[in-house]
Amino acid sequence: MTLLTADRLSYRLGDRPILDHLSFSIEAGDNIALLGANGAGKTTLLRLLLGLLKPAAGQVLLHGLPLPGLSRRSIARQMAYVPQSHVPSFPFSVAHIVAQGRLPATGLGHAPDSADEDHVREALVELGIDHLRARPYTELSGGERQLVLIARAMVQRARLIILDEPVTGLDYGHQLRLLALLEQLAERGLGLLSSSHRPEQALASATRVLVLHEGRLIADGAPYDIIDSDLIRRLYQVDVKQIDAADHRFFIPC
Amino acid sequence: MPAFTSSRLPLLSVLLLIAASIMALLLGRYAISLRDLWQFIATLCGVGDMPQQRYQLIHSVVIEARLPRILAGVLVGAGLSVSGAAYQAVFRNPLVSPGLLGVLSGCAFGAALGIVWHLHPLPIAVLACLTGLIAVAVGVGIAHLFQTSSILLLVLGGIVANALFTSLLSITQYLADPVDQLPSIVYWLLGSLSAVDLPTLLLTGPILAVAIVVLCLGGRAIDALSLSDDEAYSLGVPVQKIRYGVIVLATLICALTVSLAGMVGWIGLLVPHLARLLVGPGNQRLLIVSASLGGVFLLAADGVARSLTAGEIPLGIITELFGALAFVLVLHRVRKGWL
Repeated sequence: MTLLTADRLSYRLGDRPILDHLSFSIEAGDNIALLGANGAGKTTLLRLLLGLLKPAAGQVLLHGLPLPGLSRRSIARQMAYVPQSHVPSFPFSVAHIVAQGRLPATGLGHAPDSADEDHVREALVELGIDHLRARPYTELSGGERQLVLIARAMVQRARLIILDEPVTGLDYGHQLRLLALLEQLAERGLGLLSSSHRPEQALASATRVLVLHEGRLIADGAPYDIIDSDLIRRLYQVDVKQIDAADHRFFIPC
Repeated sequence: MPAFTSSRLPLLSVLLLIAASIMALLLGRYAISLRDLWQFIATLCGVGDMPQQRYQLIHSVVIEARLPRILAGVLVGAGLSVSGAAYQAVFRNPLVSPGLLGVLSGCAFGAALGIVWHLHPLPIAVLACLTGLIAVAVGVGIAHLFQTSSILLLVLGGIVANALFTSLLSITQYLADPVDQLPSIVYWLLGSLSAVDLPTLLLTGPILAVAIVVLCLGGRAIDALSLSDDEAYSLGVPVQKIRYGVIVLATLICALTVSLAGMVGWIGLLVPHLARLLVGPGNQRLLIVSASLGGVFLLAADGVARSLTAGEIPLGIITELFGALAFVLVLHRVRKGWL
């Protein structure tokens, strides 16, 4: 089932083209890694998909309907956003932040009821962070904050989750656990799109890869068909030696 | 903070405000006992039988002298505090105070102009209120010249509006008659409840009260802005509507408080921090507690202003003095992890 379609999407900043005629779709069950160098336009693309920016040309379709025709609330019921975490000014509790994921369902007029609280608890338990529920979000580590934001997205009950560099800044263990969690969510039929700086992780856990280079989508397909030493040289201007062994692919800097 | 106590704090803070108001009615040069007040209210309602002479005395002390001042004090304190708390939340910055977008400098200019033009108290109040609203419109308008409506541009627009209207105030002061007008401008800017004008209170009080209650009820919407704008949008929250709604309400509240009592500083910054220490950052509770504590704080400051010396120290001086000292204590707590 197609959750989202980008149709010849373009964006420019003044006269400078940032993204040029991107077309792709996200299906249920996709766990997509979006690769590209710094400045390739990854974050811009995510913001376009979320309807936070207006494209210069082309359109984004959510379940076949163009974004500009949908209310923010109905977009939010179908698509969740996990931004890069930052430390807010005020020490809201973890439960408070996660409960905000219920806003698209309940609206601002209703106080959260016990069913909403159940949703929050379920998500916290599933991610193994229920013990943090009363802690101030500002006092958590970066990895814990990232999990809280993912819990909020799960509470939102959207079929599609857009994640901005979800593993950046996390330690090795948190990275691996988070990637495993994303794989599980995709297996349940959710569609995921994560921007990433790590080709090896895209190989290890993504079901599909999109590659942005100089504002264009230069590849879209299975990770092992796309990510090789040539691509890495082209994207990041570094020479690497590719090693294929034991069903895995590694890169070593030359 | 255990959920049990913090969920009752809004109610407790409102009760505290009521108790403080009753105390302020009783205390003063001519002390009145609680029983006197009770008998007076009973007689007022037609069920008591207080001697006529005593009834008249208490009527003139409580109803004519103290009640307007206390109502004005509660409204000014609550209004400035709740606007400060709401501003801090929608601008996501604990150092923001209600004057951020220029409302206070605008009001000050309008009042000075009114004094120079020899207007009566009510027209001065109206003029002050209007110039306050114009100053914010200028600040927001400047932000919109650049077509984005980010927080940063709003703050910068506010700096421009503040500078503009402060300079206009200075020009007015420079042109004012130094013997007669300049002292009244300066005294007016220091803030005071001593000259609360009954027609002004009757006009502004109900609007202030409604605006304060509406802002207090908006806690859940304001909470939705607690993280970044992008996140709020992606949760389906109408960010701009909420932010501008708060700006309009808070600006109106501030302008009205200035038209009632002049410039009463520090409350809008101090009291929200104090309230946040008690109930945490959730705005559904924070706004109510801020409003109540603001009223209590202003009544206390006004009590000190009235009774410290035989004359009367301007209220603004007391709140700044108390505010500065209390803020040091708040910062001490804040450094322990509330920020």
